[in-house]
Amino acid sequence: MSSHSSLAQHPGKVSGWRLFLKTVLARAYPRVIGQQREKSWMFFDIVLPLGGVIAYVLVYKAIGAPAEYVGFVVMGGAMTAFWMNVLWSMSSQLYWEKEQGNLALYIMSPNSMMAVLLGMALGGMVATLLRAIAIVLLGSLMFQVQYIVTSFFQLLAVFTLAMAALYGMGMMTASLFLLLSREAWHLSNLAQEPIYLATGFYFPIKSLPFWVALGASIIPLTLGMDAMRQLVFPSGFKIGFLSVGVEISVLMALCVAFLVGAKLLLAHMEKLAIREGRLTESRR
Amino acid sequence: MASFAIETENLGRIYKIRGSKKEKKIRKELVALQEVNLQIEQGELFGLLGPNGAGKTTLIKILVTLLAPSSGRARVSGFDVVAEPQLIRPRINMVSGGESSGYGLLTVRENLWMFSQFYGLSSKEANRRIEELLTMVGIADRIHTKSSDLSTGLRQKMNIVRGFLTDPEVLFLDEPTLGLDVGASRDVRRFIRQWLEADSSRTLLLTTHYMVEADELCDRVAIINQGRVLACDRPSGLKQRLQRDAIFEIETSPLNGLSAEALESLPEVRKASLSETENGAKLDLILIEEAALAAVINVLSQREVRIMKFNKREPTLEDVFVDLVGRSMEEVEKVEEDE
Repeated sequence: MSSHSSLAQHPGKVSGWRLFLKTVLARAYPRVIGQQREKSWMFFDIVLPLGGVIAYVLVYKAIGAPAEYVGFVVMGGAMTAFWMNVLWSMSSQLYWEKEQGNLALYIMSPNSMMAVLLGMALGGMVATLLRAIAIVLLGSLMFQVQYIVTSFFQLLAVFTLAMAALYGMGMMTASLFLLLSREAWHLSNLAQEPIYLATGFYFPIKSLPFWVALGASIIPLTLGMDAMRQLVFPSGFKIGFLSVGVEISVLMALCVAFLVGAKLLLAHMEKLAIREGRLTESRR
Repeated sequence: MASFAIETENLGRIYKIRGSKKEKKIRKELVALQEVNLQIEQGELFGLLGPNGAGKTTLIKILVTLLAPSSGRARVSGFDVVAEPQLIRPRINMVSGGESSGYGLLTVRENLWMFSQFYGLSSKEANRRIEELLTMVGIADRIHTKSSDLSTGLRQKMNIVRGFLTDPEVLFLDEPTLGLDVGASRDVRRFIRQWLEADSSRTLLLTTHYMVEADELCDRVAIINQGRVLACDRPSGLKQRLQRDAIFEIETSPLNGLSAEALESLPEVRKASLSETENGAKLDLILIEEAALAAVINVLSQREVRIMKFNKREPTLEDVFVDLVGRSMEEVEKVEEDE
């Protein structure tokens, strides 16, 4: 059959890197556009986290902590949005996709599953950025936080690297959660609260014992926040865990490690799904 | 292997199932498919007919590269499903009955557009096809409706459009009309036929456990049960097997313990299938000679079973299934459920 040897009957279709890009954008779409349709996000994603921020600020004010600590908390509140997004909408996502019946469709389509995960990550990042900006603006206005940026370039680099590493970690744990868990939300629940403590969302990570802080540095937000705090608050350098340069280097290494890990685990998951036939099957 | 749209050679699949917590190390084996040999021509609408659990979905999963076979080989569009999945995937698509794919917050158009992008369609072409196909299935007015707001029938029509949108060489439909009402099922069947007739290079493999659907739609049908293909022919060819038999459908009062085996033990009774109805029972009989009916009526009257309705009819695929398996599809499914 001649038509079997080529895709000539589908002249409108692209392949290769253009298909990769199309897949990334298409999978990002539901998050960037779809998620804004339910207006309740403003309450759940901005008002509730802001409540946590207010509580910590009041505690710090009551005990007479340095003024910068209010800024630390506001920044931590904003970054919490990214952590929640990675945990619930990246790590657990392949599990949800499986339950929904989308995972099988993703695997059997000609695109790369890495493109699907990247799309999820990109969409999640953009959507969460809106929420994080809102938290920073509202928190800063409410408590009159002052920022003095010592290096915009370094700040941008830290934020970008922290996001890339964080979402890379989400991409990796997406396959891991699917492989390990029968109910992904148990793992998400398990990871949520301890990470708040270990990564120093609401206090400088330097307050923790060195080895605990070093261990917590596996979560990219730990060093990301620590570096950003050093770059935007005048006394930040005093409470920094490591120097900004070292933290940037570690973030770069984490980026590479998580993205490579994501690719390997994804390939393993796909292989297992095809061999055993269970992972693409919804249990509903 | 000669080049067919779909070809399988001694295809088999065994699932390894973990035991209970106490028997964690013991792995049971479930044979889902065994020695399946099929050759489906380009342009054919081929039906796989069988009860739930017969192995239809397993076969489809292997053909769409979602599941590896345990033995044998399968080729789709001339490519091996294990060695060359990346060459098969751009050429195929699949829709399953009752699937809830896509995202509820997106509209019908947005969901379909998203899936089209995974196959590399240009947005312009995708939007053109979306409008065209939605019109063909009769839900063009729902293009901007959020998919979470669609009824089951409308949602399935959207899923059907998703499968056809990428204009696959080979399309797999796994129970596409499952759970749909009569009208929606008819629309879907009409659309499937239209699509296939528009281009002779298109091939469609459909699984169903609805006899009428297989009879009405398919060029050829393979009857499958317990992972084995029992017969494969045109629907008329399958029914031809029973053409010389006399087929009766009898509605009776409750059967008072009368079993199918008791009826089948009568001379010239080839197959008897019983099912309960609201007021009593339904008896489907395949008789080698029409004269055997007298003996059946005699047994019924001995058991004080009253005949309420009596009908001699042409053979259907259901009769072919009963003839091949020994039980009706409904009975097979009931036994599977009980087990």
